[in-house]
Parts: sequence; C-alpha cells; structure tokens
Amino acid sequence: MTTMEEKAIVSDQYYKAEEKQYSYLNLGPTHPATHGIFQNVLKMDGEVIVDATPTIGYIHRAFEKLAERRPFYQITPITDRLNYCSAPINNIGWHMTVEKLLGIEIPKRVHYLRVIIMELARITDHLICNAVIGVDTGALTGFVYLFQHRELVYEIYEEICGARLTSNIGRIGGFERDFSPKAWEKIDKFLKEFPGVLKEFENLLVRNRIFMDRSIGVGGISEEKALGYSFTGPNLRAAGVDYDVRVAIPYSSYEDFEFIIPVGQNGDVYDRFMVRQEEMWQSLSIIRQAIEKLPDGPFHADVPDFYLPPKEEVYHNMEALIYHFKIVMGETDVPKGEVYHSVEGGNGELGFYLISDGGRTPFRLHFRRPCFIYYQAYPEMIKGSMLSDAILTLSSMNVIAGELDA
Amino acid sequence: MTEGLDKIVSIVKEKFEFDLLRSEVLVDFPTIVVKNERVVEIISYLYDHPEAKFQFLTTLCGIHLPEVNQIVVMYQLHNLITNQRLRIKTFLPVDNPVIPTLTTVFPSANWMERETYDFYGVVFQGHPNLKRILNVDDMIIFPMRKEYPLEDQVREDKNDAMFGR
Repeated sequence: MTTMEEKAIVSDQYYKAEEKQYSYLNLGPTHPATHGIFQNVLKMDGEVIVDATPTIGYIHRAFEKLAERRPFYQITPITDRLNYCSAPINNIGWHMTVEKLLGIEIPKRVHYLRVIIMELARITDHLICNAVIGVDTGALTGFVYLFQHRELVYEIYEEICGARLTSNIGRIGGFERDFSPKAWEKIDKFLKEFPGVLKEFENLLVRNRIFMDRSIGVGGISEEKALGYSFTGPNLRAAGVDYDVRVAIPYSSYEDFEFIIPVGQNGDVYDRFMVRQEEMWQSLSIIRQAIEKLPDGPFHADVPDFYLPPKEEVYHNMEALIYHFKIVMGETDVPKGEVYHSVEGGNGELGFYLISDGGRTPFRLHFRRPCFIYYQAYPEMIKGSMLSDAILTLSSMNVIAGELDA
Repeated sequence: MTEGLDKIVSIVKEKFEFDLLRSEVLVDFPTIVVKNERVVEIISYLYDHPEAKFQFLTTLCGIHLPEVNQIVVMYQLHNLITNQRLRIKTFLPVDNPVIPTLTTVFPSANWMERETYDFYGVVFQGHPNLKRILNVDDMIIFPMRKEYPLEDQVREDKNDAMFGR
C-alpha cells in the first residue's frame, strides 16, 4: 500500500467519523438568487442548513475614510451609494446631520418637501423588497408590475433633482430649486395610480395559499433576539417592537402627521412582508397630508455661508460671488462639535455620527448602517431551515449590499 | 437633556464612582467618559439597573486622535422604553489598544467590534471571532488611523496645490 492510498483511507475514515452527513455549499458571492453580493458558506445536512458563515466586504469602498477628505457638500453623493434603493433618505439624513452641527433653522416648507421625498423613497424601497419576496416564492408577475410604478417615482426624482437612482437630492439647508409644476403633476399622477396597483399586488399575494405556505413561520426571530441583535426598521417591527425613529425622535416635522406604526407578531417572512406593505399605505397617507398642509415659504434656509447662491447672482452680485467662492473652495468656518442624527431609512435606523474639528472636512464620520448590524443575525435565523427558505429569508430582510459594506 | 445626564451620572456613581471621568451633553446627546478597563462592566450594570435599562446597542465605533496618541471607542446605548440615549466613550493608548468585548452583553456587538478591529486595530478580549470583516485578510495596516492618508502624498502626477481636496 502506498502512502497516498494510506492517506486517502485515513481521510475517508475521518470523513466518515466526523462529517459524514454534512456537505458544504457555497451560496454566492454572485448567485442570481441572493440579489447582491453576499457569500454564505452553508454547512448542509441534506437540504437542511446546519450552520452558515457569511463573508462580507465584497463591495467595500471605504466611505468613512473617503469622507475624511471631502467637504461636507461632497459627502452627499457618497451617501447615495449606501442604500441605493432609497438614496434620498440617506441624502436628506446627511443634510440634517450637518444642519444640526451648524445649528441652522430650517423653514417649515423644506421639512414638508423633505417628508414627501423621503416617503416616496420609502415606498420604492419597500416595493422592491416585497416584489422580490414575491419573486423568490415564484411570483414574478407582481415584481414586473410594481417596477413600472417604481419608474414613476424615479421620474419624480428626476424632475426635482435631475438624477434617478443616485439622486444627490437637495442641499445643506434645503433644496436647490422649488418643485416644478411638472413635479407636482407627476406626484399627483403617482398618488392617483399607485394605490390601485398596490391593492392589486396585495390581492395577488396576501391571502395566496402558496405564498402563505412558503412564508409563514419561515425565518422567524423573537423579539428578545431581534433587540439583542440591534434590529431596527421593518424587521424589528415585524418581531413586535414598535420602535420607529420617525416617532421616537421626530425629525423634519414628522410630529405634524398622523400615521400608525404597523407591528408584526412572529418576525417571520410573512410578518415582514405585511409590515412593509402597511408602511407603504402609511407613507401614501403621509404624502397626502404633507401636500395638503404644505406651507408657503422659501425652499431653503437663509444660510449664505453654506447654501450655494443661484448662478445668475454669482455673475452679477459681488456678495454672491464671494459666498460661492468660499463654499466651493471650502473656506467657510464650521463649528467644532460632535453630533449624531438618525433617520428612519428604508430598512432601519440610519445614523450619522459626525465629529467636526472645525476644518473643511469631517474629522470622523461614522455611518450606522442598519443592514450591517442586522445581517449578523442571518446565520442564526436560517439554522435548521431549508435552503430555499434561507434565500427567502435573505430577501425578506432587505439586505442591501451597498449599505452592508459601505 | 441635562436632567437625563444627571440621572445617569448618579446611577453610574452609585457603583463606579472612580471610573467615571467626565460627563457632558454634546448637542442633544448625553455623553460620559469612563475608564477603559471598566467599560463593559458599566454597560452591563446599566443594562440591568432598573432605572437605566439601556438594553439596545445603537452603534459602536472607533475614533483615532493622533494629537494625544489615543484611540477612542464610542458606544451608543438606547433605552427604547423611556427613549433615553447615552453615549459612552473610553480612551485607549494607540500602542496597546486592548479592551474587553461587549459581545457578552449584546450579540450585535460582534460585527461592530470586528469592524472596529479591522479599521483601528482595537483588540477586543474574549471576542469569539476577532478577524477582519470588510478589508482583505492579509492587510497589514489598520486603515482608518490618521497616519494612513487616503492617497499617496508623494505622487507627482497630480497637483492639488490650488484645489486641494
């Protein structure tokens, strides 16, 4: 017997003794069912998952380091690329963080316009997630149908800021221009058409036998565990905790609106789906209230030191030229300080922890990314479930690779 | 906000009188600075204390202060019932940044501590799986420390003298 054969026998015995039922499956990094770049090495016993080891960082772009060399207004495009399904929430959250540091008073109209944009963004975010849950259970129709109407929201963004996916919307202090009549027309069109579509989508899945069998009791997490893993957003609410930043620490005049926070019970895929579904209805109602109560007034705060003057002014007005130069060259003094501001993002509490040392760039900027924090519970949530349920759990958690890896 | 801070300070002082170094309200956030070897004890004490009950870890991150040659580890806790927030900071020397792990109190600290280790080199003693998370495994530096510039500063093909970034 040669040494090679001996080795083979030994390893075979080892295999039989230790690992005989288990096989390893590499799910990802680029798997069509994972909707993003996630790698999970799954230890499988037949079709049942015994253990999972996630690997992240495939699209890490060092945003926190980049932010330390960029003036405040140039950090907005970075935030676009965190949760790219609801980029305007990230942009506006960042603007509000800087406004908090500077201590700027923001006009009421800006708050309301921001609420409209943020709720539209929340609708698109939840809409993608719920449509994808449908796809992973085999219902492609709803996905294609809803994406038509996501397009309408992107047209609204386009009308307001010129961009679609990576929106870079607004500025520190407000918006670069008021909403055009065309934008209001598009918002009205969306508000008129979308409820019918959403209702139809709901009818397609909510009481659908196949969908309910696939999603109820799958990928559940208890309230205590969800809190221990610092879940936020719809995933935490599906587990039964009514924590929403919009209500707990109201920002941007959210206290003016009437809305309810939907709460689930079991924290499973079905509950997460239903919580997101109800949040879309609430968002629609918030947008309607905001349009109804929209006050008159300026569309940006009066802070010439930080808000770029209109271009015509720059050509004809000495003062505007000076401010323009100072902002672009980063010569304005920023107060020293340390602020934390959080907004309710598409999938949880999106926080910005900013330390300024008075320079033109932040001394330190830390993003509290909800995805990064709750994705670590994924192995625990899929242990003991089937492979196909693991895929459904991943899509129902709405983990966005851009936010996960920053 | 100051009442909230005063209450927390008195709760902490009941047991850790000499470990509380500083307390202040930063904009709207009560902040306390504590000694690094007691930080996890203090957090678990605040977790259990009936009047504090900080049972939600919002975030955790590192900060490098090159002037004083120290690394700060910042914890943000939240009591979801009373809606009280608290920031706890602790200072570590850059040469030997060692601190006990918080994963014993909050499972969510696991990846946040790995991220802090990855970027600042803070060693969390007792962490179940302390290795790099976002950067490649064979990286030899801790890239968020201030001594590592974003780009190579001696590049000659790029002149940023006028419009420096």
